[in-house]
Amino acid sequence: MVTLEDLRTPKKNTWCPGCGNFGILRAFTSALVQLGVEKDQVVIVSGIGCHGKMVNYVDVNGFHGIHGRVLPLATGIELTKPSLTVVGFAGDADCYDEGWGHFSHAIRRNIDMTLIVHDNMVLGLTTGQTTATSQKGFKTKSTPHGSIASPLNPVMHALVSNGTFVARGYSGDVKHLTSLIVEAIKHEGFSFIDVFQPCVTFNYLNTFDWYKARVYKLQEEGHDVTDRQMALKKSMEWGERIPIGIFYQEESPSYRESLPQIKDINLTETSIENIDIDPILQSMT
Amino acid sequence: MILNQISVMIGGEAGAGIARSGFLFAKTCMRGGLHVFGTNDYQSLIRGGHNFYIVRADAEEIYSQADTIDLLLALNQETILLHRNELTHGGGIIYDGEEVELSEDEMGINNVRLYPVPLKSMVKELEARPIMRNTVALGAAIGLLNFDLKIFNGIIKDTFKEEIAKINIAAAKMGFDYACDFSRDQFIGDFEYHLKKTKGSRKKHLFIAGNEAVGLGAIQAGCKFYSAYPMTPATPILHFLAEHERDYGMIVIHAESEISAINMVAGASYAGVRAMTATSGGGFCLMTEGLGMTGMTETPVVIVLTQRTGPSTGLPTYTSQGDLRFAIHASQGEFPRVVIAPGDMEECFYKTMEAFNLAEKYQIPAIIITDKFLAESYSSVKSFDLNRIGIDRGLLSTQLEYAGKEAYQRHKLTGDGISLRIMPGTKGAIVRTNADEHDESGYTTEDPALTVEMADKRFKKLNALIKDLENYETTKFFGPKEAEVTILGWGSTKGPIREAMKLLNKEESRSNYLQILCLCPFPVANVQGVLDSAKLTVVVENNRTSQLSGLIRENLLRDVDHKILKYDGRQFNPQDLSQKIQEVL
Ligand SMILES: Cc1ncc(C[n+]2csc(CCOP(=O)(O)OP(=O)(O)O)c2C)c(N)n1
Ligand code: SF4
Ligand SMILES: [Mg+2]
Repeated sequence: MVTLEDLRTPKKNTWCPGCGNFGILRAFTSALVQLGVEKDQVVIVSGIGCHGKMVNYVDVNGFHGIHGRVLPLATGIELTKPSLTVVGFAGDADCYDEGWGHFSHAIRRNIDMTLIVHDNMVLGLTTGQTTATSQKGFKTKSTPHGSIASPLNPVMHALVSNGTFVARGYSGDVKHLTSLIVEAIKHEGFSFIDVFQPCVTFNYLNTFDWYKARVYKLQEEGHDVTDRQMALKKSMEWGERIPIGIFYQEESPSYRESLPQIKDINLTETSIENIDIDPILQSMT
Repeated sequence: MILNQISVMIGGEAGAGIARSGFLFAKTCMRGGLHVFGTNDYQSLIRGGHNFYIVRADAEEIYSQADTIDLLLALNQETILLHRNELTHGGGIIYDGEEVELSEDEMGINNVRLYPVPLKSMVKELEARPIMRNTVALGAAIGLLNFDLKIFNGIIKDTFKEEIAKINIAAAKMGFDYACDFSRDQFIGDFEYHLKKTKGSRKKHLFIAGNEAVGLGAIQAGCKFYSAYPMTPATPILHFLAEHERDYGMIVIHAESEISAINMVAGASYAGVRAMTATSGGGFCLMTEGLGMTGMTETPVVIVLTQRTGPSTGLPTYTSQGDLRFAIHASQGEFPRVVIAPGDMEECFYKTMEAFNLAEKYQIPAIIITDKFLAESYSSVKSFDLNRIGIDRGLLSTQLEYAGKEAYQRHKLTGDGISLRIMPGTKGAIVRTNADEHDESGYTTEDPALTVEMADKRFKKLNALIKDLENYETTKFFGPKEAEVTILGWGSTKGPIREAMKLLNKEESRSNYLQILCLCPFPVANVQGVLDSAKLTVVVENNRTSQLSGLIRENLLRDVDHKILKYDGRQFNPQDLSQKIQEVL
């Protein structure tokens, strides 16, 4: 069984002190320990941004890919080797700006993986510009007069894309986030967690205090996770009170389960010697 | 009489089943023991517009279409107006005499035989769909050519479900009987061209397109993951593999974009399977960042780039060789890759298999570059030798447990730059890779010394690859050793060049030809050797700037004497090309 110590890497952490990313790192590693998985059976995939450093900080298999492409990269891994636990870590710009096109598609395919978005509502690594989730009026170097566009609502989008596990966490509540990650990894199909991750350096608006005053837990208020309509209603709640927790969950066959030739086979273990193409050749004569 | 040597064109509106008819006729010729080449010409639209398909059949081996048409099956008047000047003297036209009125005078050409067949009325009589006019016309053609309708019926039975086969066979018979009657009563001995079953009909040949040969090569090479987004002329590979995915335990996924496709393929390869994608120029543009990632992370992938006429959307359904430099240089930074250009259907098969081996041995991206002409043309080929290319996965461990004493490092520095590759999920190992510059364990680094070491590591693999390529056919030489002119080319120009050589070398050995199959790394020594003994050199290419000449200049510091370039979206025609070569002599 893996321990927190096992999951540590020798890499020096370069996140700003107090950054919300630490909470996600702690929650993820704690979740792996709780799940009792073997660390060599876990693959993490990350995009480019502060969040992307996750691959350097957790000692499991990892692919630090390019900006915005966490989902297709993880899809390729998951489909060919289902025995692996595949978890993607993306940034809000990474997933909701550069990679937005992949988001709905991974959800509607119901790829059996977990996606954790470090949603700090800012481009961290490029020194603080506006992203798809930045609040209207948010002033940054790229929007000195305030962001004009209205923010995307990723949770709502996941719900209308027929997401089978849709959740939101807050990195200031590591215990709660850990339990969400545990449930997400256990879920068969695409699990999505948008995580409020305060960027202490560039996001002056959505701070720990800001969230603390607003977030409440859906599961403490008797929310029915099987009711998509109610989940949609909850996903629109924004302002004085903002819900976190599991919005919606259902059992539905994953993409792979609909491929009779694959199902639970690790394609990596099938022999590629002596493939018989004669039937196709015959059809061409 | 001209026996077993013919060029037939079938033309009509888009949506009229032209390509399908051409395919059926070509296959009939092949089963009759003839060598066949089939090529299509269509526009980027679904209905209306003008489509045509050319089938050339010959008792001798042939490599491309011909310049002219001996028999035209015209399903509308436009086909006749557009192609009448391509008809040979003594050529014929089968058309619907009740729909189209034609006289030699009106056509402005003489010595053309007119064979009106009431296609529409016959289809009505059969109570069949209008598209069946094609089949009636094919039947009439087979009758006129004195060919064997039984062979055609056999192909119909193999191709269609019973109901549809039945009606097709009836339609063909109607056309056939009409033409036979016709020949007897009105045109006895009138049409010079005849086809007759040969001894070759007993040998097994395949009728296959370049795209299918690539797809087949991928299946045979053990490709288990294919992801792509539709784009002409690469789309048929997606269709082909999707049709066979269940029988061969592979995953074929129609991705949401080419960006997604290349990243999925990289993920699958990292997980440990052979993986491929295919696209055309526009899609390859979108793949370039992912391509660089595979170079950086040393993830072997195979990318098929089927060129079409550019820039931008260009002529979506026409051919070109304009993307050679793009394939060689695509993506930022420097990393080794291999770019392979098959020139015919057999090479499409074998070179695809080789591409998988090279990609895995050197843990690099391998690009197969073809074009519309090669990808979508068909030809009859000897059935493939399935033992010629083995499977070599290089330094990939398929052990379920890692046995090494030291902790596994994905990017370990080694003498030849190649590190042991193991699959994530192997017990006792952590497989970490990184699109950022990284250390041996895959952790991000910005250290200047390590940056140099890692770049050098990747390029050491190039040295090893260059050495290894001596064992591969990176060039092929055709024709007499000594000749007045040496032709240089790559890719699909091979067919027209070999046909042009037939014409040039009829009486004396005037030409020879060096086909360059591996464009990157460039086979310097082979090309050097041929250039050294060449009297006069001419590069033949389907592009505007002669990119091959540039590569020769870059790698050998010498110029070629002449360039024959064609960039109107159409392939070279043999006669035309041989004349152009003649002009430089
Ligand atoms: C194709 C591409 N465009 C732009 C960049 C530059 N870039 C690096 S990180 C980043 C965005 C970071 O924002 P986010 O994804 O929200 O991650 P964070 O740093 O906030 O964790 C960008 C745009 C890049 N690496 N690649
Ligand atoms: S810039 Fe923001 S997101 Fe990035 S490490 Fe610093 S606090 Fe965290
Ligand atoms: Mg961000």
